[in-house]
Amino acid sequence: MPRATQSPFARQAASATLRPAVGASVPKHEGHDKVTGRALFVDDIRLPDMLHGRTVRSSVPRGLIRRVEFDPAFDWRGVVIADHRDIPGANVVAHILEDQPLLAAREIRHADEAIVLVAHADPERAEAARQAVRVEVEPLEPVLTVEDALAARVKLFGEDNVFKEVRIARGDLAAGFAAAALVVEGVYHSGHQEQLYLENNGMIAERSADGGIVVRGSMQCPYYVHHALQLLLGLPPEKVRVIQTVTGGGFGGKEDYPSMIGGHAALLAWKSGRPVKIVYDRLEDIAATTKRHPARIHVRTGHARDGSLVACEVDVVMDGGAYSTMSPVVLSRGAIHAAGAYRCPNVSIRARAVATNTPPNGAFRGFGVPQTQFAVESHMDRVAARLGLDPLELRRRNAYVVGDVTPTGQLLRESVGALETLERTAVRVHWSEKRRRYARENAAAARAEAAGRVAPGGRRLRRGIGLALSWHGAGFTGSGEKSLQSLAALELAPDGRPRVLVANTEIGQGAATVFSQVVGERLGLPPTEVWIETPDTDRVPNSGPTVASRTTMIVGGLLEQCARALRERLELFAERPLQGGADFRQVAKRFLARRGPLRVERRYQQPSHMEWSDETNRGDAYGCFSYATLAVEVEVDLDTGEVRVLHVTTAQDVGKAIHPVLVTGQIQGGTLQGLGYALLEEVRWKDGRVWNHQLTNYVIPTAVDAPPIDVLIVECPYSGGPFGAKGVGELPMDVPAGAVVSAIAHATGVRLDEIPITPERLLRALARARETP
Amino acid sequence: MSPLVTLSFTLNGRRRRVRVPPMKRLLDVLREDCGLTGTKEGCGEGECGACTVLLNGLAVNSCLVPAAQAEGARVVTVEGLARGRGLTVLQRAFVEGGGTQCGLCTPGILVTAQALLARTKGRVPGEDEVRWALAGNLCRCTGYQKIVDSVRAAARARNGRKDSARAGAGVRADAPKKRRSSTGAARTRAKAGAR
Amino acid sequence: MRAALSTLEVARPRDVRHALALLHESVAGERLVPLAGGTDLYVSLNAGVVPGRRFLDLGGLSALRGVRDDRGALEIGALTTFAALREHPAVRRRAPALAAAAATIGAWQVQCRATLGGNIGNASPAGDSLPVLLAHEAIVRLLSVRGARDVAFRELFRGYKDLALEPDEIIGSITLPASGRGPAGARPFFRKVGTRRAQAIAKVSLAGLLRVGRDGRVDAVRVALGSVAPVPVRAARAERVLFGARPSAAVACAARAALLEDVSPIDDIRSDREYRERVAGNLLEQFLRSSDARFAR
Repeated sequence: MPRATQSPFARQAASATLRPAVGASVPKHEGHDKVTGRALFVDDIRLPDMLHGRTVRSSVPRGLIRRVEFDPAFDWRGVVIADHRDIPGANVVAHILEDQPLLAAREIRHADEAIVLVAHADPERAEAARQAVRVEVEPLEPVLTVEDALAARVKLFGEDNVFKEVRIARGDLAAGFAAAALVVEGVYHSGHQEQLYLENNGMIAERSADGGIVVRGSMQCPYYVHHALQLLLGLPPEKVRVIQTVTGGGFGGKEDYPSMIGGHAALLAWKSGRPVKIVYDRLEDIAATTKRHPARIHVRTGHARDGSLVACEVDVVMDGGAYSTMSPVVLSRGAIHAAGAYRCPNVSIRARAVATNTPPNGAFRGFGVPQTQFAVESHMDRVAARLGLDPLELRRRNAYVVGDVTPTGQLLRESVGALETLERTAVRVHWSEKRRRYARENAAAARAEAAGRVAPGGRRLRRGIGLALSWHGAGFTGSGEKSLQSLAALELAPDGRPRVLVANTEIGQGAATVFSQVVGERLGLPPTEVWIETPDTDRVPNSGPTVASRTTMIVGGLLEQCARALRERLELFAERPLQGGADFRQVAKRFLARRGPLRVERRYQQPSHMEWSDETNRGDAYGCFSYATLAVEVEVDLDTGEVRVLHVTTAQDVGKAIHPVLVTGQIQGGTLQGLGYALLEEVRWKDGRVWNHQLTNYVIPTAVDAPPIDVLIVECPYSGGPFGAKGVGELPMDVPAGAVVSAIAHATGVRLDEIPITPERLLRALARARETP
Repeated sequence: MSPLVTLSFTLNGRRRRVRVPPMKRLLDVLREDCGLTGTKEGCGEGECGACTVLLNGLAVNSCLVPAAQAEGARVVTVEGLARGRGLTVLQRAFVEGGGTQCGLCTPGILVTAQALLARTKGRVPGEDEVRWALAGNLCRCTGYQKIVDSVRAAARARNGRKDSARAGAGVRADAPKKRRSSTGAARTRAKAGAR
Repeated sequence: MRAALSTLEVARPRDVRHALALLHESVAGERLVPLAGGTDLYVSLNAGVVPGRRFLDLGGLSALRGVRDDRGALEIGALTTFAALREHPAVRRRAPALAAAAATIGAWQVQCRATLGGNIGNASPAGDSLPVLLAHEAIVRLLSVRGARDVAFRELFRGYKDLALEPDEIIGSITLPASGRGPAGARPFFRKVGTRRAQAIAKVSLAGLLRVGRDGRVDAVRVALGSVAPVPVRAARAERVLFGARPSAAVACAARAALLEDVSPIDDIRSDREYRERVAGNLLEQFLRSSDARFAR
């Protein structure tokens, strides 16, 4: 919890004041509370007189609400009930288009859509009350697939069911293809993915004495919830207070959804006048909350004889689900990255997000990019095979270098580590040698089997190695950061220590630690001397959401500026340079005594060279990009289609590793989510509802499924980031899927264009390949 | 409503008596009736291991244990691993080595790892052994690598310098360091936690 | 938790006799539901599926716990946990397939609670120990106020999640007879294909045992599968093809064809029929060639 407590490692850290804070792996800021069980997550908090809220949801994907029946046999005493008519403000969850209601009023647009809320002091009674509400719905024909959405026989949104279309063009596509020596085409499919943060969504709301509302809970973006609650309750900003509690993972799943569950808790608290807690169980969380957008991606590329790209055409369709929520921005980010980290003079990208009657898909680490990177990297592997070229070599010939121009026309001025990540990965993993060795061993195994020789245990195994290269723009897309106008502040606490005031949340990734390092470094203080204020909209300015790989680069950058300014003020006051440590505190205390409070603020200023047009999708999409190469070694069981990931080696260009252990942890964690995406994780549907909404059946990797993950940090500094740092949170999620496809193709000769590559899909493909040689 | 039963058990070394419904989950007894919220619920179906506690020395999912079956038992939760405000060598390794990120899985993982360390006294469990032991504790943040590294680093520290030389081959550049100074005290605490 | 746990009652018997008496008495009214390690029960309760309001807690009956090695026959108390089974020297020696299966049930935490009797009593066709018990020709001792009766494991399953137990009977112990291991030199086999590498539910599992006699013909064979039918199944047709045959690729192929008649897999939440059929066949061939390389030629 980014609570302002003294770290247990203060003594150790104090003795290390001479060591710079940035670049050192200091103990995690809130680590002590997390390993002792003291950290309070939302479900650990009990308020006096508190009720427990439950949500009555739709069991069908589309229909009209005819009647809501409250079982007359049930004892309704003590039960608080709320529906859409109880909403004091607008029945809308504020995202981009404001098309999603907090509670369905008449029309049901997806299964598990919220209709009625109930609350009771006893959670068991609340649950029983939920089960005693029956909603009579007249079912309508649902649209459950992207194909049906595009056919637009049933219209859910506008005339064509398209929430948003993005077009990006550069050069002359037709001329590019005309000049190509080789044209390769492929269609790639990716499925839903559940964020599966270990802590389910949860919120506690209560009315405040001043007639406002206080909502605390698990979230990434307190000011998103703050904004949403104003509209829902019809309250001015100062009457709404949102406080983040220790948050057990987010990965995007707590970017937009907290506005929904927070609104539900607030509505029940508003109506009952008592504190209300809503914490989902896993079943509800998986069934009702957002997922990664499934995508169908058509890629067509033209190449010169040496493999260099001369034309690239990509068509992306993403399933946005029932409401637009974050889909427009997920789509545009996915589209901007869709041609991969490769220079190409002639590009055309078209991307559409369509409406279906499935729960809205939303933010998930990578935000549209894992889909398009899976497609383009699978495609590049196919191209390499067609050219008879080593996949590494094909990428070498095409990867971005400084001076290249992206499809949106952005000139890559600096900090392009693509080639370095490629080369370092290749060397570390012994790429060429393993590529040859596995091919040789596989051929030998096939010969042995044909001759009737049996391997140990009768197994028929094949091994392969594959790689992928990806990029990820850090910060909001295009003019996003400019319009966010993020504001960060740093002040002196009464004890003379600096206190960080930002709305960015510690959600496990280490934001609090990194902030304390950045500030500590500039002030000459050990990071443990830096307080981090709890993200509480009454206390911290709006420094923007904790999303988009922006926290270290953008907000860390603002804090670095704040720290410089704070130090200058104190040095001017002391009329000498500060010595850090105890000296800093003395001077600070003297300042507070003589001059009063000291607080400095910095607002985001876009670098002057950056330009972006939302109309044409031309210009500088991001301040900079991060790059990663990942090589994965797999073992395929030909009898079962099971894929065991043996090892991962990855080099990732993060600009500057402010905290090597944390950044490595981000890369390893994102990598495993990416491996789950590629191999294991499949949301299965039945009649428009999530069928496998249990952890038993929506499987994520265990420690045994996870391979050893060897991380190489590449530092190509970005002049616009603090100490050269750029975004890294999402990048690791983008790379694994393409590498896995490539490794399986290397191991078996069979290339799959759909993820996850479940044993069912792989075994079927292997059988087909045998039948049609 | 079923009548409540009196449940007596030893919780983190102290005798406790609570009046609870007999089929109430041990998880809820700990969190609601004993006020120890360190034990977490991640799934309620014995998959994620966030609710792991030691029941008579065995790692179990407390979301699958009826209160009635904890009668007379010794229960250890994450709160009982260390004494006072100090940390066990294992907890310290997690803080320094990146073994904890969001922290929701951490209490269960620490308890399972504690059980593993108790079973592997005098040696450092191999990477695979640690992975299999932790297969019932899901983590979505770390990719497990730093959890495995932290557990092994703790085992090395516990066993002192002799072992760390032998197991040194597996040390990663970013694995927790500065272990020697804390070894003595940490060893005592680890023992206390293993009860 | 979607079930109202505070409304559930538990009877805690002093000993086995008391337990059987309580269960017998309850049959006339609201029957007590036997409760062992709870690892399946609480998953149901969490999802709101309540099998009964009153439970009979067998957890304290230490007489039903433990492994006895009786001149080669293993008698396993129904309340023996999988953690105990996977580490028990006699189990590892005499029934390595059972130890292997035990190690794949849930994860460590579940193995510390889940019992062999519970795995049988839950009667899921995906129960990991069940194909092994079938292959070992296990005998299940059922207890009631009327005394004990032994039932061949093979006869225990009447249908999907339906066991041939009287309402007042509990599972007391499971015996793996010495003969269940087959003649000397018979090779045991167990493989589970689950939803992931660890802590997984089976999509297909196969337990087997095979020996090729001095005359070059198969003189002992047993094949049992899980998750490919409403109940765990012995592959009787495949066994008939194999018994007495000389190992060859052609025989393996014929056995595979026969196996498809033995199983009747379905599409469900974890896999599909096509996959299960293919994998069942592949596992059979793997089992055969690993038992005798001539099955690959």
